[in-house]
Amino acid sequence: MLLRPGFNDIKTILFYSGKIILGLSFTMLIPAIVGLLLGEVNPCLDFVIATAIAFICGILLTESCTRHQELRWMHGMVTVAVSWLAAMTLSAVPLFLSGHFKSFLDACFETMSGFTTTGLTLVQNLDHLSRTHNLWRHLGPFIGGQGITIIALSFLIKGGAGAIKLYIGEGRDEKIVPNVINTSRIIWFISIVYLVIGTTILGIIGITIGMKPLNAFFHGTCVFMAGFDTAGFAPQSQNILYYHSLRYEIVTIFFMLIGAFNFNLHYQVWRGNAKEIFKNIEARVFLISIMFTFFLVAIGLHQLGIYPNALMLFRKGCFQLLSGHTTTGYMTIYARQFITDWGNLALVALIIAMANGGSICSTAGGIKMLRLGIAFKALREDIKKMLLPDSAIVIQKFHHIKDIFLTDNQARGVLTITLLYIALYLGGALAGMLYGYPFLESLFESTSAAANVGLSCGITDAAMPVGLKIIYIIQMWAGRLEFVAAFALIGFFVAAIKGK
Amino acid sequence: MKQLVIRILSAGLLCVYLLSELTFAETLSSTQLINNAKEYDGQKVTYTGEVIGDTMARGAYAWININDGVNAIGVWASKDSIKEIIYRGSYESQGDIVETIGIFHRSCAEHGGDLDIHAERILKKNTGRILREPLDTRKINLAFLLAVLALGIWLLFRLIARLRR
Repeated sequence: MLLRPGFNDIKTILFYSGKIILGLSFTMLIPAIVGLLLGEVNPCLDFVIATAIAFICGILLTESCTRHQELRWMHGMVTVAVSWLAAMTLSAVPLFLSGHFKSFLDACFETMSGFTTTGLTLVQNLDHLSRTHNLWRHLGPFIGGQGITIIALSFLIKGGAGAIKLYIGEGRDEKIVPNVINTSRIIWFISIVYLVIGTTILGIIGITIGMKPLNAFFHGTCVFMAGFDTAGFAPQSQNILYYHSLRYEIVTIFFMLIGAFNFNLHYQVWRGNAKEIFKNIEARVFLISIMFTFFLVAIGLHQLGIYPNALMLFRKGCFQLLSGHTTTGYMTIYARQFITDWGNLALVALIIAMANGGSICSTAGGIKMLRLGIAFKALREDIKKMLLPDSAIVIQKFHHIKDIFLTDNQARGVLTITLLYIALYLGGALAGMLYGYPFLESLFESTSAAANVGLSCGITDAAMPVGLKIIYIIQMWAGRLEFVAAFALIGFFVAAIKGK
Repeated sequence: MKQLVIRILSAGLLCVYLLSELTFAETLSSTQLINNAKEYDGQKVTYTGEVIGDTMARGAYAWININDGVNAIGVWASKDSIKEIIYRGSYESQGDIVETIGIFHRSCAEHGGDLDIHAERILKKNTGRILREPLDTRKINLAFLLAVLALGIWLLFRLIARLRR
């Protein structure tokens, strides 16, 4: 029997959503201040307007829906789902006011793409966009990659049993330390240390390749944030091709890779446990998956002879493949070249890489390496059981930070999420085909949206059908939250209508 | 007289050469070049657009990126040929409009497989300008109104909370 949510349930959800919106409003002050310092007054005003709107919404919700009860699982999940939609809408205000988006929906698409670290873009005339707005485009992935609720958990919400429900609702399966608040702070600490290092390195490289110092460091900050957070936004319309630099590409690859690794793994390595990289099931599966998909990409590109020598094939193939596999979406080729130049085999390999994705508890999307590793272990256990006598006890274990025995519950959970991702990829592809796009292109774009990748073969464009924009927004949102929070929101509405 | 005839003939031949150069270099858009890269690979093309972003010097050459309104394509040009470029497109400025005549590469062997154009000649068609966006008074009014409203609501709730205590 479904229980209809009460008034207090709604107030609890709105209270926590208000807290998260308040956190978001403070982050919008960053581009406002930067805009003021750079003398970009109109863009600065866009952010003052957006900050004020978000602050008013946040304060009204938190003050009028004072908390009456402890956060339950249902509250936590629905709060996360609602907060992400609210964050998308409120963050779209300054982008829409910039005049670089054809509609408010396009601006919403951009912010959802940013927060979910996807990187698909509908911005117009990007090469003339202000630094203030560009900074916000790139801050979005940095906030959303770590987690919108993680900001609130780190700074605005006091500890308690409720925090874990918000944390897990945002698609994070594990904690680094027992306390969720401390876990959130560690995630921020790791990210900010890398931000300083990454911006410095990319800024210096930018100067050496001929960029002006201010531009070099601004681009360095943006490219790092969108690279480490596996988003794939760039300050210029040519994406990483703009820089025409192997050095820039190599450093970007490095940050994409570390961004796709589990924060827990980073923490272990920082604590001196470097061996964990070699033992960890995620790192191993990641390596195997990269090697397998790159092998296919290389064969596909070699068959078509697009790149005259192996070095060029490696540079272009490797960059696009790693960008897809880490779910970043940075490109050093033009979107249409995937269709006109790459051929079916390389394209299918890239789709597989995008679908697989990065690590859990990272900023990457997709099915994720731990799930693939567990699914493989479960399959091996089943095959062993068939081959061994009935009396034999088969035990599978895997190493992820510690040795873990594989249970049926774990395997079932992993397979459910994996199936949901596959259904989301195929569902989006079907929608694309219904709008008249070819199968492979539809599957490529759908997988890119649902796995939060951001590589595009050209479908994502301001001129694409409104329905498809909405479908991609839903795919990005559901994929980033790993379904649970999205289903909780649907369940909440069903219970509100049908419950007793 | 003989010298004059030679000069006229030389000038005529130069004109014919330059015209033939221009005639053979087909004027193309970025979309045509990207979508039909195989067809135009290694051919002389003419591509026109706005210079955007940085001019990135690399030795005696430099990279400029030229946007024709749909896509931007990287152009590899000698430093001498881009001397006349003053403005580069950004938030603050409208870049110079230039016409590039050069060899198009679908995957350039010299530049790691990039799709690019190696410029033989760059002609400035229009000079860009500094963009001075006027202050938007509607935005100023709205920002002020919303900021005051936000502050007012916050103070009101603080006051209510104090009274309750």
